[in-house]
Amino acid sequence: MSAQRRVVVTGLGATTPIGGDASSTWAALLAGKSGVRTLTEDWANTIPVNFAARVAVDPSEVMERVELRKLDRSEAFALIAAREAWKDAGSPEVDNERLGVVIASGIGGVTTLLDQYDVLKEKGARSVSPYTVPMLMPNGPAAHVGLEFKARAGVHTPVSACASGAEAIGYAFEMIRNNRADVIFSGGVEAAIHALPMAGFAAMKALSTRSDAPERASRPYDLDRDGFVLGEGGGVLILEEYEHAKARGAKIYCEIAGQGLTSDGFHIAAPDPDGIGVQRAIKFALADAGISTKDVVHLNAHATSTPAGDVAEANALRLALGTDADHVAVSATKSMTGHLLGGAGAIESVFLVKAIQDRLAPPTINIENLDPAVTVDVVRDKPRVLPTGDIAALNDSFGFGGHNVVLVFKSVN
Amino acid sequence: MALTQADVLAGLKEIVEEVAGIPAASIELDKNFSDDLEVDSLSMVEVVVASEERFGVKIPDDQVTELKTVGDAVNFIVKASA
Repeated sequence: MSAQRRVVVTGLGATTPIGGDASSTWAALLAGKSGVRTLTEDWANTIPVNFAARVAVDPSEVMERVELRKLDRSEAFALIAAREAWKDAGSPEVDNERLGVVIASGIGGVTTLLDQYDVLKEKGARSVSPYTVPMLMPNGPAAHVGLEFKARAGVHTPVSACASGAEAIGYAFEMIRNNRADVIFSGGVEAAIHALPMAGFAAMKALSTRSDAPERASRPYDLDRDGFVLGEGGGVLILEEYEHAKARGAKIYCEIAGQGLTSDGFHIAAPDPDGIGVQRAIKFALADAGISTKDVVHLNAHATSTPAGDVAEANALRLALGTDADHVAVSATKSMTGHLLGGAGAIESVFLVKAIQDRLAPPTINIENLDPAVTVDVVRDKPRVLPTGDIAALNDSFGFGGHNVVLVFKSVN
Repeated sequence: MALTQADVLAGLKEIVEEVAGIPAASIELDKNFSDDLEVDSLSMVEVVVASEERFGVKIPDDQVTELKTVGDAVNFIVKASA
């Protein structure tokens, strides 16, 4: 029997509220910069929340107008991040039948859907764009990347709300491990900053309403956190089979060594306060990677800045990691990027890869008074140096519906 | 009032440039929409709807497949406006 196929990361791409690419985003993250701003659109003052985290570099600055008019904003984010990641990976020579795409979105082309509904109401059916359906379908971002790079091993889009981006990376990891592909674009995107989704989240009381200080609004683990801040953008990682990467002399960032997936069966939107599903996902992920809690030095938390979610997650981490949680540097980067929904697990995976490469855990900003119910070691205000040698780091992502995804990243010698 | 061939060609050039990004200078009467200008079937729908609005004509769906070249479209629109 042949040895298990290993999966490594060989390319990174991102477009986020704090940077137009992966490296500028990472630099802004280490500097503790917030990407949250007051929205300038007229509709912003018609809903209870008038701020969000728009991308730092609008797609119109880096793509042609003619290309953009046939793309939903989420599809543009996917192409921008995928092109960067592919270039970063050295534009590998790969058999197209061994090249795949797994790019998720939480909500898909919701702005296209709503804009075209306006066209339908105002101008009639004849004026509705023939691109409406390919722009609004949630698999559109993955499909466009697959089309551009002629990926023929399979193009997929897992949908699990705010866990979608992490689930996509896990799906891609399995595809390579199961010998369906050698190289895969994996990640997630979201472009849902529009009055309707924001009004919907606001109706759930899920969004922060700190409109007097928007850059201070996303404050995971702070005692006075009052909800998440909606962000947009996305991230793409090139996953590659280890021998394939070695054979072409690729730069190898790190390994994806395992994943754990569970579901709560508890509530459509609220987290299970006991976090049993999260604990099980962590245990499964560590077992899948063949490592123990002792090996984990860093974790990029889901921590969205909601009153219930942050503590439920922190409790679950403490229970799953036990006393080993004492040496896990926990970073809540949504304090700077806002919450990218289906893009969150993807950009946070990019951050984990950079953290392992630079041996730096990014900071969590905006914690004025740490909630005493949070019993994990939160990295506050400044980056923290991670140990040298072999290390492992976790990304956890959860979604409305009770989806729990944990990914294990490991350094490669 | 009937439109002239020159009016329609000028307008159609602007529409095709807007929809497909083809420079107006390279759009001539003998150019084929799909082969020469890379206007695919979806983009053609946009060209048709924009032309209807701009020239105040109706281009029935069963006629659209007959409009293979820019010249076909110009002639159709000129006749329809008469």
